[in-house]
Amino acid sequence: MNKAGFEELQHTADWALRVWAPDRAELFRQAALGMNTLMGLNFEEEAGGRVDLHLTAEDDESLLVSFLNEILFYLEIDRIGFEDFPLKLNGNRLDAELWGKPIRSIEKPIKAVTFHNLVVERGADGLEARLVFDV
Amino acid sequence: MIRIQDLHKISDYEWEIPKSYRQDMRVAVRLFVTRRLLEAALQDLSIEQAVNAATLPGVVEPVVVMPDMHQGYGFPIGGVAATRYPNGVISPGAIGYDINCGVRLLASTIPLEAAEERLDNLANALNHYCPSGVGSEGSIHLTTAELDAVCRQGARWALKKGMASEEDLRRTEENGCLEGADPGKVSQRAKQRGMAQLGTLGAGNHFIEVDVVDQIFDREAAAAMGLQEGMLTLMIHCGSRGFGHQICTDYVQDLQSAVKRYGIQLPDRELVCAPLDSPEGQNYLAAMRSAANYAFCNRQILAYHARRAFEEVFAGSGLRWQLHQVYDIAHNMGKVESHEVNGRKLKVCVHRKGATRAFGPGHPELPEVYKPIGQPVLVPGSMGTASWVLIGTEDSMTRSWGSTCHGAGRVLSRNKAKKDFRGERLRNELEQSGIHVRAGSMSGLAEEAPMAYKDVDEVVETVNGAGIARKVARLRPVIVIKG
Repeated sequence: MNKAGFEELQHTADWALRVWAPDRAELFRQAALGMNTLMGLNFEEEAGGRVDLHLTAEDDESLLVSFLNEILFYLEIDRIGFEDFPLKLNGNRLDAELWGKPIRSIEKPIKAVTFHNLVVERGADGLEARLVFDV
Repeated sequence: MIRIQDLHKISDYEWEIPKSYRQDMRVAVRLFVTRRLLEAALQDLSIEQAVNAATLPGVVEPVVVMPDMHQGYGFPIGGVAATRYPNGVISPGAIGYDINCGVRLLASTIPLEAAEERLDNLANALNHYCPSGVGSEGSIHLTTAELDAVCRQGARWALKKGMASEEDLRRTEENGCLEGADPGKVSQRAKQRGMAQLGTLGAGNHFIEVDVVDQIFDREAAAAMGLQEGMLTLMIHCGSRGFGHQICTDYVQDLQSAVKRYGIQLPDRELVCAPLDSPEGQNYLAAMRSAANYAFCNRQILAYHARRAFEEVFAGSGLRWQLHQVYDIAHNMGKVESHEVNGRKLKVCVHRKGATRAFGPGHPELPEVYKPIGQPVLVPGSMGTASWVLIGTEDSMTRSWGSTCHGAGRVLSRNKAKKDFRGERLRNELEQSGIHVRAGSMSGLAEEAPMAYKDVDEVVETVNGAGIARKVARLRPVIVIKG
């Protein structure tokens, strides 16, 4: 198994994802990449603008949910998405410089990222989280 | 995992999980299901989520689950929980992200056989006038002041703009406007998302359908609603769009710290909540009501657009193209209501998530036309099958917090549905069976395949058998518009 990645889990009404990585920053990155894949984003060729994110939260789970919801917000308001998510985590603070690209199409949108049974924990493959998305 | 042995059978349509099942339960869970539907529900986490809901502080006996239940996040879809007002809690996750997602039904006197040749044009016109799809924007771009007015006035805002009638408002839950909305408690982000989306359908399981009244079961109630066998009707299913999603997102995040402040222990963080009389609870209530009013206004504007489509297609045909409103009802909402508990009136906040209000005959909140028969309940089925019109009963008032089912309920995951079905093939099959389909996304269409849902007729027979709603009419789709 790869050291970092994501896989879709079965969920009756919504979408769920298992994400794993050796460290927190990579875990957050994989979660965002997994969310892109679930939504079926298609990007335009042209480059978009830079988006700086500076987020703080009281724990890893809140920070992860905030980060992913931030991406959904830009997607809906500015119709831009991100092909990659280089980011830094320092305690409960997240800083990222993301390069947006206009979106050509989305197969299926996500309404929101939920806290449902969300725990960032150490498992057999390093850090792991299970996310449920409302669609 | 909960097993069938953990439940007590009360009747063929009613089961109970006693409070003793788990130590942290404050009340029992009452399920309106047949054994078959119960066995299906035990396959996912919906019943466990109902047990979790029974731990909410201030929850009043019982938490209720409908036969269309399925696993959600935090709270099951098809769940109803009433919390004591004002010292119980309110939980945004128990209402959902699509605040006031609901259904509106309009009826016509156009016979199907007279309209058949024009149905393709009607599908095109509805698709043209009613914007749908991911992040769709409508023709209305609100200023901040206008958005605030929508939050306060709900569907009445559309009346002032010439897009509604007084009769439309009378035949809408709460007359299309919840008191106590405060847009000052809504974030700028939510407002940004709400400004361009009023009058749009969106994507997901939302739809506009033209149906034909296939069968009538209660002639008196159908007559009061203006439903006639063989005539066309129009159904709109959508909610508060990105505006409501952002409000729920904001408050689920904000209340994560509130639960610690108030010393509330929860089995799932998605159930975060705050006491109704706390500043946090009051703020959410005011913001949630703003989203609810936005949704009432949204469905009203979509109805206005749908009427334009009917006029364009049927004007000059000799057919009366007018659509009159049957009712508009929410199925994701938190409402402060008065209910009789152990012979005494009790004020509670009823959380309905994927459950429909179903007030019985004589209820003071019903419009005059429906007081003798009870409140219309609109139950959309899965795409291409059937939808139902029911009415609330005296029993729904005493046994299910004045609530009943809201739809068919999923049985198959979206992931599995996408693997098993192809959108193009499904569209062709629906077209061959005489249903005109307009869909923005083929994979989205595949996820909503009828086979991914329970049999809506079985769900309706269950609530009818349990006595928490009564059958009025069955509708059969002839046009489906999906985002």
